[in-house]
Amino acid sequence: MDYVKAFLVGGVLCVIGQLLIDRTKLTPARILVSYVIGGIVLSGLGLYKPLAEWAGAGATIPLTGFGHTLATGVREAVAEKGLLGAFTGGVKAAAAGITASVIFGYLFALVCKPKAK
Amino acid sequence: MINQQNYKAFADTRAPKSPMVRNLICAFLIGGAICTVGQLILNLWKLAGLQDTDAAGATSASMIFLGALFTGLGLYDKLAKYAGAGTLVPITGFSNAIVSAALEYKSEGYVMGMSAKMFTIAGPVLVFGISFSVVYGLILILFGLGG
Amino acid sequence: MAVKKLGNQSFLLSNPVTLAGFASVVGKKEGEGPLEFDYVSSDDTFGEKSWEKAESRMQRDALDRALAKAGCAEPELELIFAGDLINQCIASAFAVRGRNAPFLGLYGACSTMAEGLSLASLAIDGGFVDCAAAVSSSHFCSAERQYRFPLEYGGQRTPTAQWTVTGAGAAILKACGDGPRITKVCLGKIVDFGINDANNMGAAMAPAAHDTLKAFFADTDTKPADYDLILTGDLGNVGKQLLVDLFADEGTDLGARYDDCGSMIYDGARQDTHAGGSGCGCGSVVLCCHVLGGMRKRRWRRVLFAGTGALMSPVSTQQGESIPGICHLVCIEY
Repeated sequence: MDYVKAFLVGGVLCVIGQLLIDRTKLTPARILVSYVIGGIVLSGLGLYKPLAEWAGAGATIPLTGFGHTLATGVREAVAEKGLLGAFTGGVKAAAAGITASVIFGYLFALVCKPKAK
Repeated sequence: MINQQNYKAFADTRAPKSPMVRNLICAFLIGGAICTVGQLILNLWKLAGLQDTDAAGATSASMIFLGALFTGLGLYDKLAKYAGAGTLVPITGFSNAIVSAALEYKSEGYVMGMSAKMFTIAGPVLVFGISFSVVYGLILILFGLGG
Repeated sequence: MAVKKLGNQSFLLSNPVTLAGFASVVGKKEGEGPLEFDYVSSDDTFGEKSWEKAESRMQRDALDRALAKAGCAEPELELIFAGDLINQCIASAFAVRGRNAPFLGLYGACSTMAEGLSLASLAIDGGFVDCAAAVSSSHFCSAERQYRFPLEYGGQRTPTAQWTVTGAGAAILKACGDGPRITKVCLGKIVDFGINDANNMGAAMAPAAHDTLKAFFADTDTKPADYDLILTGDLGNVGKQLLVDLFADEGTDLGARYDDCGSMIYDGARQDTHAGGSGCGCGSVVLCCHVLGGMRKRRWRRVLFAGTGALMSPVSTQQGESIPGICHLVCIEY
């Protein structure tokens, strides 16, 4: 059942992105930025947590989930350390993703070559 | 009569439209499928004994690995041609943006090419994500919501 | 006194200039399209380490082949006009490295070939040189990284987007000899009708093509029906239709004699190229094989080749500027 939920919610989040591409001519980079900010805002309003609990990876794998991770990290760190937490919480919570993207990005770029289309 | 003022509107009426319904269906199916794979990996990490938050972090890292792998093999862009936002919105798309840029600029050297230009497309996501998370933290402190 | 000037923008060559030799070199995808070329590479790297080097290699090959077909020895070549899409025109500058002829680098985006042919004809008819070359090239992979995204980036192209042609075309122009001859030249003005979508260059260039063609018809007192083939550089399918509409709007029918290099080079249904081909190489490879070759076989006698260019850069696009279009035209007769 959790696979069906992940499929449905993940699919719907992608459909919203596709509507933005086809209807608004927003560039991909702007759409990604909007998704991250959207995730932070929804998480701050307390709306994203229930969605993530219900849909699992369907809510955490789309980039709104990255925003949610940042916001959750900040919320917990602020509660613990106050002002310093606002600066450390987000990146600390997202560390696995950020580090993985740098390391794997570097490794695959070293090994592979871009192909002619 | 077509003139400089009304030309843009006229050209818009002549531009072929994106096949919207097909695009939406493809984005839904492929995006949903990527998230389902994510759910499978999440469940596997949990089975391996990771706590909820750790399992989520490990899943993100695993999906980024898969995105990088498919980009390196030259397959991600082929899938993206059909999937559109279905491959853009999941975190694998973030990974694709990084690896594709790193690959492309390798010919300009490892330091100022590959490493410096790795984040040309994905960089704004980190800048805005981190900045807004700090703003959110400050709001929590200002309004005394941080506990 | 400008005795060779006709009307506002056109020039009548008193001694028509001969296109003595011409050649085109293309990549794999172009080779799979409906047209024939002198050389099709099975590998878009052309055996080089970078896309930029590959593009220079194509230009060098195209010029060598054109010289050989013209029966022209290297020392005879007195002037080279060449251009491409890469920043600072490096593909051209590096391609002529080692040649012993003066070089003038051009940037006219996709209009570069027509610009080069115009300048070479004016230089020869002016009596300054007897033998000049016009060369232009583009490479999908070098253009993509500069104007759009990295090659492996997963993006969706819009239906109005054009596919940059991987190819180089070269023509050798001589003061005398047998072959199709350039008889008139019409240089275009910048025309900007406010299109700012870099994925719809056809729409940005169509008004420029309309402006130059109209000026040429007026300057020479001719009409579309006086020509066997009217060919625009690379408006693509979208821009081609818009140009037909612009002429129809003022009561002129371009008819079946009108075609566009961007629409001809690929088989859109089979090759997934959306609105067709673009790039400096598009017009030049179609002209330097299909068209000039066809003229040699007497398929067409009077041809207008109107190269169209979209003169934006990634910087101007990001700053939200609209796209200035340009179109230069040469009249070729045989």
